[in-house]
Amino acid sequence: MGGQQQKKYERGSATNYITRNKARKKLSLSLADFRRLCILKGIYPHEPKHKKKVNKGSTAPRTFYLLKDIRFLLHEPIVGKFREYKIFVRKLRKAYGKGEWAGVQRLRENKPSYKLDHVVKERYPTFIDAIRDMDDALSMCFLFSTFARTGKCHVQTIQLCRRLCVEWMNYVIASRSLRKVFLSIKGIYYQADVLGQLVTWLVPYQFAHNHPTDVDYRVMATFTEFYTTLLGFINFRLYHSINLAYPPKCVVSPHFYSQKLSALSATLSRVISAPEDEDAELDHFPAEGEDAEALQVREKQQKGLDAQKRLFEGLKFFLSREVPREPLAFVIRCFGGQVSWDQSLCMGSTYNATDETITHQVVDRPNVDKKYINRYYVQPQWVFDCVNGKMLLPVEDYFPGVTLPPHLSPFMEEKDGDYVPPEKLKLMALQRGEKPGEIKFEEEEEGDEANADEDYDDDEEEMDNKEVRDEKSLKMIEKQRSQERAVSVMVTPGKVKAENKMRLEYEEKAEEKHLAIMMMKKKEKYLYDKIMFGKRRTVREANKLAAKRKAHDETLKANKKKKGKKD
Amino acid sequence: MIVEASSPTIRQHGSSRVMVPGMEHLLRPARHFLSDGSFSVQYPVGYTVFSPRLTLPLSRVMNSQACAFRLSTFHLYFLKSLSEDIRNTVGNVPMEWYQDYPHIGYDLEGKKIFKPIRNKDELDEFLDKMENPDYWRTVHDKMTSTDIRLTDEQISLVHRLQSGQFGDVNFNEYEPYIDFFSGETMIHPVTNRPQDKRSFIPSLIEKEKVSKMVHAIKMGWIKPRKPKESDLQFYDLWAKEDPNAILGRHKMHVPAPKMKLPGHEESYNPPPEYLLTEEERLAWEQQDPEDRKLSFLPQKFSCLRSVPAYSRFIHERFERCLDLYLCPRQRKMRVNVDPEDLIPKLPKPRDLQPFPTIQSLIYRGHSSLVRCISLSPSGQWLASGSDDCTVRLWEVSTGRCMKTVEVGGAVRSIVWNPNPAICLVAVLVLLNPYLADKLVYNATDQLIASYVEPEEERPQPVQWQVPEIEDSDKGFRLIITHPKSVKQVTWHSKGDYLASVLSDNSNMQVLIHQVSKRRSQNPFRKNKGLVQCVSFHPIRPYFFVASQRCVRVYNLIKQELMKKLMANCKWISSMAIHPGGDNVICGSYDSRLSWFDLDLSTKPYKVLRHHKKALRGVAFHKNYPLFASGSDDGSVIVCHGMVYNDLLQNPLIVPVKVLKGHTLTHNLGVLDVAFHPTQPWVFSSGADATIRLFT
Repeated sequence: MGGQQQKKYERGSATNYITRNKARKKLSLSLADFRRLCILKGIYPHEPKHKKKVNKGSTAPRTFYLLKDIRFLLHEPIVGKFREYKIFVRKLRKAYGKGEWAGVQRLRENKPSYKLDHVVKERYPTFIDAIRDMDDALSMCFLFSTFARTGKCHVQTIQLCRRLCVEWMNYVIASRSLRKVFLSIKGIYYQADVLGQLVTWLVPYQFAHNHPTDVDYRVMATFTEFYTTLLGFINFRLYHSINLAYPPKCVVSPHFYSQKLSALSATLSRVISAPEDEDAELDHFPAEGEDAEALQVREKQQKGLDAQKRLFEGLKFFLSREVPREPLAFVIRCFGGQVSWDQSLCMGSTYNATDETITHQVVDRPNVDKKYINRYYVQPQWVFDCVNGKMLLPVEDYFPGVTLPPHLSPFMEEKDGDYVPPEKLKLMALQRGEKPGEIKFEEEEEGDEANADEDYDDDEEEMDNKEVRDEKSLKMIEKQRSQERAVSVMVTPGKVKAENKMRLEYEEKAEEKHLAIMMMKKKEKYLYDKIMFGKRRTVREANKLAAKRKAHDETLKANKKKKGKKD
Repeated sequence: MIVEASSPTIRQHGSSRVMVPGMEHLLRPARHFLSDGSFSVQYPVGYTVFSPRLTLPLSRVMNSQACAFRLSTFHLYFLKSLSEDIRNTVGNVPMEWYQDYPHIGYDLEGKKIFKPIRNKDELDEFLDKMENPDYWRTVHDKMTSTDIRLTDEQISLVHRLQSGQFGDVNFNEYEPYIDFFSGETMIHPVTNRPQDKRSFIPSLIEKEKVSKMVHAIKMGWIKPRKPKESDLQFYDLWAKEDPNAILGRHKMHVPAPKMKLPGHEESYNPPPEYLLTEEERLAWEQQDPEDRKLSFLPQKFSCLRSVPAYSRFIHERFERCLDLYLCPRQRKMRVNVDPEDLIPKLPKPRDLQPFPTIQSLIYRGHSSLVRCISLSPSGQWLASGSDDCTVRLWEVSTGRCMKTVEVGGAVRSIVWNPNPAICLVAVLVLLNPYLADKLVYNATDQLIASYVEPEEERPQPVQWQVPEIEDSDKGFRLIITHPKSVKQVTWHSKGDYLASVLSDNSNMQVLIHQVSKRRSQNPFRKNKGLVQCVSFHPIRPYFFVASQRCVRVYNLIKQELMKKLMANCKWISSMAIHPGGDNVICGSYDSRLSWFDLDLSTKPYKVLRHHKKALRGVAFHKNYPLFASGSDDGSVIVCHGMVYNDLLQNPLIVPVKVLKGHTLTHNLGVLDVAFHPTQPWVFSSGADATIRLFT
């Protein structure tokens, strides 16, 4: 029997994890270098399932890395480069101290540098993986591209970010893959469909940044270092996938980087001239288990998508000087529209405001001095709402100086039970092809009817009963009076209680459910209660929003009435 | 001493004018800063400073070093020109001091230099000026009081100096530059010094250096400089992508969750209902940033132009970065169940009928809590005991109180004798309610009267008494006086034995009485916890004793402990035994009901937590598969508890009805429940002094 006694924490999950400090020591790196390495290689701490076991019985808060991850880092060539760089810095400092300028020069020329190509390949073994993880990369690059030369990061990084962003935007334009745009108070969200993956990124509004002091820009710079490499490779592949030359010629000259906008107005040179008939009918192969209906739905979706891609085709836009040119030009061009702006503002304008063929002029001020008859003047929100609505919305609501309808988030997909703002309902009706006037009417009617029905039912019954009762009692009293206390004992005829069958059934079912819930196991009951709590909360929130809206609408109506009376 | 410009001699000198010393400040000198840091002073063209004491004003004019040199040469010339040596030795003192003396100083030998006898006055001056053609070149020496006529050389020197030229006429300041060490090869060496020997021999130091480098190259220490690559070269990285080439660590890879997509409230122009009201905004501001549901305040802007920059943009991006590399990740399985699926599928209560559903009768009459109820075996009569010290007997079908019997104290337990041949109700006394066939209750009386006292008196733990005549008229037949108050009484199914529970801490908590022999005995020698209730097995000679936390099952014949059922609850309140005898239910004060299957285990087969408050009474139906529990929350829950004869099939328990009717008084609801022996009816007695019948 014998055998050595098993020691604790030498098997199982305790051996799979390593604390951060131990990992750092194992790699013999400083904390800053370790952090950079983790960022570049995409290593992150794991939360063990049984923390106490992994922590060898202690409950102290520690971060754990997977031991395999750390072992994997051991063979990383970048680690060697980090050490070289450390030595380089030391030598350089020494040379400076001694005043050996030739030495400084020589050292500088041989500054160690590393490439991240292999890291990108390692982290994203397939191209789709890379695209799936693009959101953060894009948002970061767009943020860095708006930085001025403030010494928060290298100028080269900023320029590279600008270049990559312009390249990416050009790709999105060329492939017409933009799907949704959202003007939020934080910035502008864009969503593109790239090779079947939804890529969302956030671009800040064009303002100078107020650089916060409690942000570690080195961390951000390290992330950007990786993201720029990743984006470059992705752009390369994407450009080649639609037969475009990379790097695009319009983007190569450096002064273009600062002027993203002008770069956007240039068309890209194609490696192979695009075939004329791009939209050849694709053959449809019904997926297994897909019936005709589903197929139809899919076809319809495809058609809608194609229509959306050509949303602004044939329209000619002109941007006034007060509207943000870059996002608008980008969005309009993404959907096939032509766009230009005043020549004195920025490079790349293609036609003037006097052009007679302009169909829409985007204006963001209450009134325009000189108006042309043959074009619409709209506020910028119209463009974005059209994109999100997948159709050209009526322009009346978006004329300059008009109070704009709310701008809704296209990312919200309401499930049943969630609150849906009435504007969204209106939009959905529009998409279905109904006229807005009718809908409004119907909606109101429906609402009123529903309310009225309920009220009517309840009230009527109650009222009837009451009235009948009152009458009867009155009669009785009268009779009694006339008989002058002749009879003291009365037998009143019983009333037939009307049985509501539906209600009874419903009650029965509810009771059944209630009883079944009583028989639940403790664990399931807990889970059930939790789910139901969540559901009830959503309902409560939805109700709250609806009530708020109702109150708001009522105050609006009242104000209108008041105004009308005054007039 | 101003010379008129019209003077012909002066005109010879061009446009120069002579001024009296001291007047020169009237002219604004132009200072020119020279490249070497000094500056030259130039008077406007056409004016010449001319001073009788030449040294002073000139030295004042020429301050720079270069000027000093020129001055000294000038001085030399000047002194040489004086032929006779009448030098005044007084030094640089104002000559005014000698105004009142005949002399004006001393010469080199120390002799006085006398003033000329007659000073020139204005007229002389004028005449002199008019007549003397050399007047313009005459200088008055104050030191010696003599007039000196300047020679032509001296005048030209003065002119040269004034125009900023060198004193020497012959000095050429623009000599051509002789480039000694020019790049041009010359036939002759510049210096004739013979060359060093070392210039012909290769340098040793250089050789050493070169050889070191050669060695380093040989050893591979020095490498040729690599051609510098441009920083970023993008290429098709995924050209040879292999979808299966996923690293091992990717198995454990937890991809970072994507950023949450924005909702309507984040819009720059959200629908009005998403904007926060004043109170909500205040609440938002008072919350900790971590607790906030929204990280920003929804705002509405009338147009896109007025939207400002978002001040926390960089912060949020940075926080995202931190999350990406610092936040521990864990794969959590999210339960995505339809809550309807969690509800167990039970047979419909409708299919399990009959069971009581509606409250149909209320028996009113008691004035205090009705603690206990019991039904006669025929199901026609109902006995109830209350805290108002009465026992009432009711007719079940009409709800009429047939009889009220005053008993000495609060009635805690009342049981009807289960034997249909005997009409007896056990309270603390055995009571003949006279409610039955006359035959039956006469037979009962005879049975009790037929008792023959045994020959030898055995010591008994209790006293058996025959009641007095008044009492026996009320119906009392036997009184068993216990030393302590009795908590519970229960009949054996045959109707001869009777068990009672005393509220006592000693070993005498449970007593078993035999009515026919009027004998009592204490079956337990030891106290094993506070006994809550006892019960006889309906068929076998088993005896169930429920203490606070467990139920002990004793075999009465073998006189041993058979089983100990652990109830998993804090305090058992009541117990009922299935008529089949294999299942037991226990109600407890911690609102649980445990169902034991004696064949399965000593642990409860099922624990039901249907009630919200403490359970007070449980009961099984005799014929139907029903059991009921009454609780302090005022409800009676009727469950379908089917026990199958097949041993392999576990009992089926389905709650079928929640009956409500009792009102809560003093936080007490239902105190006892009892089933009708034949009908699927349930009776409940409550703290509101009523008994209710549910059919």
